[in-house]
Amino acid sequence: MTSAASAIEVRPGTGEGVAVRCRGVTKTYGSGGSAVRALRGIDLDVRAGELLMLVGPSGCGKTTLISVVAGVLDRDGGECEVFGADFEKMGSTERTRYRGKNIGFVFQSFNLIPTLTITENVAVPLLLNGVPRKAALARSREILTQVGLGDRTGEAPQRLSGGQQQRVAISRALVHEPKLIVCDEPTSALDHETGHKVMELLRGVAMGSGRSLIVVTHDNRIFEFADRIAHMDDGRVDRIVTSAKDLYGD
Amino acid sequence: MWCGSNPVWSSKGKEQARRMNLIALKMIFGDRAKFFGIVMGVTLASLVITQQGAIFIGLMSRTFGFISDAGFPDVWVMDRKVQFIDDVKPLQDTKLYEVRGVEGVAWAVPLYKGMIRARLENGQFQNCNLIGLDDATLVAGPPEMVLGRLEDLRRADSVIIDVIGAEDKLARPPATPGGPRIPLTVGDSLELNDHRAIVVGICKGSRTFQSQPNVYTTYSRATTFAPRERKLLTFVLVKAAPGLDPEVLCDRIVRTTGLAAYTRDQFKWLTVSYFLKYTGIPINFGIAVFLGFTIGTVITGFMFYSFTIDNLRFFGTLKAMGVTNGSLMRMVLLQAFVVGNIGFGLGVGVASVFGSSMKESQLAFKLPWQLLIVSGAAVTVICVASAMLSMRRVFILEPAVVFKG
Repeated sequence: MTSAASAIEVRPGTGEGVAVRCRGVTKTYGSGGSAVRALRGIDLDVRAGELLMLVGPSGCGKTTLISVVAGVLDRDGGECEVFGADFEKMGSTERTRYRGKNIGFVFQSFNLIPTLTITENVAVPLLLNGVPRKAALARSREILTQVGLGDRTGEAPQRLSGGQQQRVAISRALVHEPKLIVCDEPTSALDHETGHKVMELLRGVAMGSGRSLIVVTHDNRIFEFADRIAHMDDGRVDRIVTSAKDLYGD
Repeated sequence: MWCGSNPVWSSKGKEQARRMNLIALKMIFGDRAKFFGIVMGVTLASLVITQQGAIFIGLMSRTFGFISDAGFPDVWVMDRKVQFIDDVKPLQDTKLYEVRGVEGVAWAVPLYKGMIRARLENGQFQNCNLIGLDDATLVAGPPEMVLGRLEDLRRADSVIIDVIGAEDKLARPPATPGGPRIPLTVGDSLELNDHRAIVVGICKGSRTFQSQPNVYTTYSRATTFAPRERKLLTFVLVKAAPGLDPEVLCDRIVRTTGLAAYTRDQFKWLTVSYFLKYTGIPINFGIAVFLGFTIGTVITGFMFYSFTIDNLRFFGTLKAMGVTNGSLMRMVLLQAFVVGNIGFGLGVGVASVFGSSMKESQLAFKLPWQLLIVSGAAVTVICVASAMLSMRRVFILEPAVVFKG
């Protein structure tokens, strides 16, 4: 392991209670001989107010797990509750609305709509949640200013650097103040310095008010930002540690 | 929470859909290459369907142009075997009096219609439609006179010819070799079946289906111009008594005289039906329209589908962020509706400009509002089919696709 990772001190969660509770969650892709068991009975709690990192080798089920937790993928078995609500017990529309209100997303490839300005991109969750357009755009400009993009609000996403685009994506994930934010490899498309800044932003702006973050990452250089690190392998969470040192040793 | 504390927080589906409309429009307008591609597909389909349809209708209108031009008569009486306007099956002159005797006939006049050969100054022959109008009333004369007066037909050997024939097929040879032909005008003469005829007027009327010049004269003179036959009365034109339904009068005439009798519209439809049934014209135009529709559907469908696939990641993102399937469907439909309308407008516009620029040419072009509805319906089918294809992809899209990088 890198020396940077081993030197990291991981802070404990700051909130109280459980944001996400998973018990025996299973998920299999395909069927018959070609079936792939992506999740083989996941038991995991994410505390309110903590930043949990999901780490592990490629194909171990990290993305499948956050997809199930975020309610964008149906699980096959087990239980999974997000702030006490079980997506499996909701209808399609109710689930979509619950997700829209309570969960923010940060994607590896940003997924900003290229034909909208960055302000309009950030405003989408607000519009979806019924905030009038004018107010939504004003609030979006505010949050973009907070992340240091106040002078670029009228620009199209593709005119920004990768780091700037990820800041826009984070703004979009935060703007409607969801209780849970799931981030899929938020720094993988960024250089080390930019990745660090993005994590500082996530840690600084996103945390608080009991909000929880789940960050899927391969990037051990950002482990320092985690409250806890859940290591996955072959569809199972095999270790949960509070320090990268505990994960990889010195 | 900022949103949660906002009094206007709402999760109503319709409201969400309305808010997503602008995003949907920005998505489609923002991807210029795809936008223009889709619009071009719809434009092409709309243009071909409208233009070919208009030419078809124009051509079909020419088959009954003479019936429209005739104006006054409510009922056309003819031999029972007549299938269309140019299908001449003469009647005995006495039939005119039989028709006049039917109750409800306000007046009835004879009409001669047949083909005659005109000999031109350069020695060539040109087939013409010879129309013999009732000597007394000149009913069924040309709708518009360009030169001279209709009453001039009462002068000796007089004929009126249509302006297109005068300027083209009946025109005199050029004064100098290679020069323009000299249009026939009032005072000129021509030879009709070895009879001398003097042009006393130039008229304007509907072009005929076979584009032959129309030569108007009186009924009695037409029967002297025409080749000798035992029977020469082609049609009896009838005006119904005031308040009498022409269809009722038709029934009475048929029952009383044993002849066929049609209202103006019925005779037009009889004529069109003949051409639709016995010529390859509908098939030829149908193929062109079908091709336009198919090519338009393929281009539009492919481009629209491709646009959706390109944006699937963003649709997935929106789905993950809380946009319902219903709202996404409406977004796709709105996009299809907008490009469909723009394409339809452009296609119909180009077709109209084309038709307008060809107004003075021989091209048959008629663009009634009904054709716009047909073309619009075809474009709607194209857009809905394209949208359905795309919507299926959006509908079955797992929002988890957004995590696939």
